[in-house]
Amino acid sequence: MTRSPAGSRRRQSPRRAPASLKQVLLAASAYVIAFIFIFPYLEMIIAALRPKEQQREAVYLPDSFNWGAFVDFWSGGLAGNLLVTLEVAAGSTILVLLVALPAAYYSARHNFRGRMVFLFLVLITQMFQPTAMLVGIYREFFQFGMVDSVWSLILVNGGFNLAFAVWILHAYFASIPRELEEAASMDGSGRFGVLFRITLPLALPGVVTALIFTFIAAWNEFVVALTLTTTPEKQPLTVALNSYIGQYQVDWQSLFAGSVIATIPVIILFALIERKVVSGLTAGSIK
Amino acid sequence: MQQKPTFKQVARRLEPLAWIGPAMVLIAVVVVWPVIEMIRSSFLKISRFGVVQGSNGAGNYAKLFDEADFGGVMIRSVVWVVAVVALTVLISLGLAQLFNQRFPGRRVTRWALIAPWAASVVMTSIMFKWMLDPEVGLINMVRRDLGLLDELGGAAADPLGAASTAMPWLIAVAVFVSVPFTTYALLAGLATIPADVYEAAKMDGASTWRTYWSVTLPLLRPALTVAALINVMNVFNNFPIIWVMTHGQPGYSTATSTIFMYILKGSDIGESAAMSVVNFGMVIVLVAIFLKVSKWKTEVPR
Repeated sequence: MTRSPAGSRRRQSPRRAPASLKQVLLAASAYVIAFIFIFPYLEMIIAALRPKEQQREAVYLPDSFNWGAFVDFWSGGLAGNLLVTLEVAAGSTILVLLVALPAAYYSARHNFRGRMVFLFLVLITQMFQPTAMLVGIYREFFQFGMVDSVWSLILVNGGFNLAFAVWILHAYFASIPRELEEAASMDGSGRFGVLFRITLPLALPGVVTALIFTFIAAWNEFVVALTLTTTPEKQPLTVALNSYIGQYQVDWQSLFAGSVIATIPVIILFALIERKVVSGLTAGSIK
Repeated sequence: MQQKPTFKQVARRLEPLAWIGPAMVLIAVVVVWPVIEMIRSSFLKISRFGVVQGSNGAGNYAKLFDEADFGGVMIRSVVWVVAVVALTVLISLGLAQLFNQRFPGRRVTRWALIAPWAASVVMTSIMFKWMLDPEVGLINMVRRDLGLLDELGGAAADPLGAASTAMPWLIAVAVFVSVPFTTYALLAGLATIPADVYEAAKMDGASTWRTYWSVTLPLLRPALTVAALINVMNVFNNFPIIWVMTHGQPGYSTATSTIFMYILKGSDIGESAAMSVVNFGMVIVLVAIFLKVSKWKTEVPR
């Protein structure tokens, strides 16, 4: 990345030279706040590493750390729930990409009757969340006989995350100059050749953002899975871990090991797309 | 007689359908159908096991409105949304200002801020429930060591056990998970404010507070409005925090309308559907406000 001259000049402004008390306080408060926001997840890791005998002891830190819970996780029942989570997240992501890519591309490139209606519908779905229509979702899939099925979760997660993907891809496709595609098609590439060789690679950041966002949203989803799965083995990790707490003999270590496995990867994934997510979520609104 | 359109013309007219169609079908199956099914169910008598036992007219609604807890649940929902969103916006305004400054390690601190946003709300709620555990909860240990709590294990060490202490904690967790997105949306808004506006304010000799109040805030308003509205939707629909931490208990004393809807689903699906329709009606109102405020059409390139 090249830094603009204006930017570098600002960096050398006299205010930066000696670290004033104000700046030290500023930085210190930012560090404290940052610490508060990651604290529950640090505590999650510590709890997972507590040795079994210190699991329910009122001490801030255990005497030793123990990786056993992560080893046990794979032999315990929760590994099956992790697999369900993976299936739902991967399935929803593929579904969203298959459906959103053509829709976003076409509505960004062509003016057709019903285009505004379509984009309006997409915006509306972005506003709706499954919680408000949970009973309807339950009734529908109950009648389909799709309770306890991974497919129903993939469908619902795909449907409710479609809007974000269409919106962000639409913005990317619209920003790619038409002339670029026209030049390529004059070189003899067919319509799909242009799409796959020119347009898609240029829109790749948008595709990656939509992909990761959908994956994380489906991975974290709770309320639909809680409603549509009743058999413990068919539940994704979020639901399984929550019902774990209600049991008499709680294996706290496995619970927290599962929480760490369910949490840390998505935080890292999310950090990759963070910059683009805000614009996607507020798309169509900030002007 | 109209001329019969050629195959090519038909194909051309149907072309948009091939590209847009799958998305429309998915929205129809997953979003539109459940809404219709929900409204239909709210007028039916349905057994706990899902067997439709005929029409119930407005009976489900009558039963819902007669519930002793209905009024309290609705008031609590409003308090929940207003309190969480107001606190979130206030805190985020401060944090956006702070993280907009230059200081060493800003990237890392900003990165730390996204953790509650990226993590599943369920996991965050599980962790707060664990930290509030009456016997070994870290927050209770800190309270004890600060002299705010006599001993661990008693009723005083169980903030989630009573509505008066549970509700503030639930609101705190909701604010905790809402602040990151809001702060980032406001930071994006701050980035759009041109530097020369500040230069001008400085030349006029405006104080820091005065500059913030009359320059930054008005220019931040579009971002602020949208972030606040998105938060209202999210918080209204937020289910996992309360479900994981208290299940709406004790009694229905921490239940909002979505929790109440879910609890009713276990006993009377028709009545639960009626509660859903009421919730959905409120969501529609919120969406209408959002569309009015956001002027979405200006953003779509023609």
